[in-house]
Amino acid sequence: MGYLISRKTADELFARLSKSHDIFAPKLFPGEGCFSDTDIVRYGQVHTLDEIEFDRRSDYSSKETLLAVNETLFYFTEDATTVPSCTDRRLLIFLRSCDLHALRRLDAVYLENGPEDFYYRRLREKADFALMGCRETCDTGFCVSMGTNRTENYDLYLKPEGDAVYVDCRAERLLSYFREIDAEDCQMVPDHVTENREKVTLPKNLSVQSYDNPLWESYGNRCIGCGRCNFVCPTCTCFTMQDILYRDNEHVGERRRVHASCQVDGYTDLAGGGSFRKKQSERLRFKVMHKVCDFEKRFGYPMCVGCGRCDAVCPEYISYANLLNQLAKEEEA
Amino acid sequence: MGLDINTKKAKKNAYRISKVRGESAARIRVPGGCLKAEILGMVQNIAETYGNGIVHLTTRQGFEIEGIQLKDMDEINEMLQPIIELLDINQTAPGTGYPASGTRNISACIGNNVCPFANYNTAEFAKRIEKAVFPNDLHFKIALTGCSNDCAKARLHDFGIIGMTMPQYHPERCVSCQACVKGCKSLSVNALHMENYKIIRDEEKCVGCGVCITKCPTRAWTRSPKKYYKLTIMGRTGKRNPRLGEDFLIWTDEDTIVKIILNTYRYVKEYIDPGAPGGKEHIGYIIDRTGFAEYKKWALEGVELLPETKVRECVYWSGIHFD
Repeated sequence: MGYLISRKTADELFARLSKSHDIFAPKLFPGEGCFSDTDIVRYGQVHTLDEIEFDRRSDYSSKETLLAVNETLFYFTEDATTVPSCTDRRLLIFLRSCDLHALRRLDAVYLENGPEDFYYRRLREKADFALMGCRETCDTGFCVSMGTNRTENYDLYLKPEGDAVYVDCRAERLLSYFREIDAEDCQMVPDHVTENREKVTLPKNLSVQSYDNPLWESYGNRCIGCGRCNFVCPTCTCFTMQDILYRDNEHVGERRRVHASCQVDGYTDLAGGGSFRKKQSERLRFKVMHKVCDFEKRFGYPMCVGCGRCDAVCPEYISYANLLNQLAKEEEA
Repeated sequence: MGLDINTKKAKKNAYRISKVRGESAARIRVPGGCLKAEILGMVQNIAETYGNGIVHLTTRQGFEIEGIQLKDMDEINEMLQPIIELLDINQTAPGTGYPASGTRNISACIGNNVCPFANYNTAEFAKRIEKAVFPNDLHFKIALTGCSNDCAKARLHDFGIIGMTMPQYHPERCVSCQACVKGCKSLSVNALHMENYKIIRDEEKCVGCGVCITKCPTRAWTRSPKKYYKLTIMGRTGKRNPRLGEDFLIWTDEDTIVKIILNTYRYVKEYIDPGAPGGKEHIGYIIDRTGFAEYKKWALEGVELLPETKVRECVYWSGIHFD
């Protein structure tokens, strides 16, 4: 059901939702960019519609709302462990189509890939998702190529336009929030892009034979292994474990899981000193093949959603999109 | 008719008395080294109309238009007027050229308009100081540099302004990749280490260069909202005792720096050697004479320091002695 409401009514709606939901959305963090006098857009809790950054794609993805960068799994004392309690509130997460498609990948990894992940599950089932439309394509995204440019799989859709806000509510459980609200009914299709500047053709025949492709080496030589591409990626789900022993009493501590990057030193380190992928070219190959080949073998669709964040953040101007196109072109030849 | 030139006046008007009789060079100061490209065309025009077509790029970010005639100063001053206006130079009367040349151009590295390491907009701050101190003929050299790399050689100046940022750590975003630790060790002062998978910053050691922030892939390190500066003082080149400037204030702010510079002008007026040739004496030599304590009293007059500012109680300079 679509509604056209005033900005003021939207604020009321927000206040109503805030009573039951913690609302997370892309926010502008002024001055917190990598360089002096630059900003960053990343997820944070918001209390009003005005706080949401609608104009720029977030530099870091919405995955952080369900998978904290640092998450304590349990606290331990000498003879007991305690699992931290989960919020008793619901979550409302604002996100774009690419990130909503990425959610399907997170679900695949954390819920459909062997035993369910307890921590992901308990938060995931509290979450409602509000779609943010894309009026125009971002610079580096290639969602159209990946088929992630549109979705109907949202609970809410919100589109502020001047003094008005268009809302679509598809989730039965959220309809009560619209009761007695001052609204005009209307029909709408969420804004979505139908063409990106960046177009990507996926290579279809990557296999162990692709290991010898000199492209890995040529890009790997440029890679500095900082891991930014992984940390901004909405579908990278790897974490590492850290056991923290409190300094004042080393018999007490906590176990955390922390986002990890397959590009950063230490990712493939093993007990006993072994390490699988030492060279950046091997790590890059692993990442690309995982995104568009290995994951697909298991789940039937590529992992990458084409949000383009990795291309936008790479300090060495490595274009993953261009690398994919080169691999695809080689297959044609 | 003999050439009748008041050389003292000409020099203050930013004309050089050159080794060739009757010939001069017109000096154009560019505060912060930042200018609109159209000025280049104007400089070219003067060089080709009144000079020999050669322009020297000075070490202090100005132009010297070579081969002009001292007799043409008035006409050249007219042609300098649009340049002076575009550069927003404090002038006493329009059409009369640069009104002072003793205080040298406030020079700056390229700063955070372009450079990823710079911690502030150096040209903007240079222009603020320019507006505060000019026109002035006392011999002051001031330079601004974006970070502790000091590409502007700020430490060789009476006042060196070095950009700093107070790194802000957000442990909840830190993934223990140690890019900051490695960056600080290889590019800066090794002020970071990891304990229990989180980063500890040695606040005494940290020079506020911001390398940790630019290296961090997750925004676990960010810049402080407030911009900070290190003020180094009384560096100099020269014949008697060239030396690097020493830290005076660390973690200070723009207002404080401007006040201290203006206070120093008052101090120099009080204590300059009345017999100094051309009314020029390096401030450092004056401080060597009065003692640092007296200078500090004048410099900090009416200054309210930030609570986080570290002040050197006493400053000692070394350098090379030829005297």
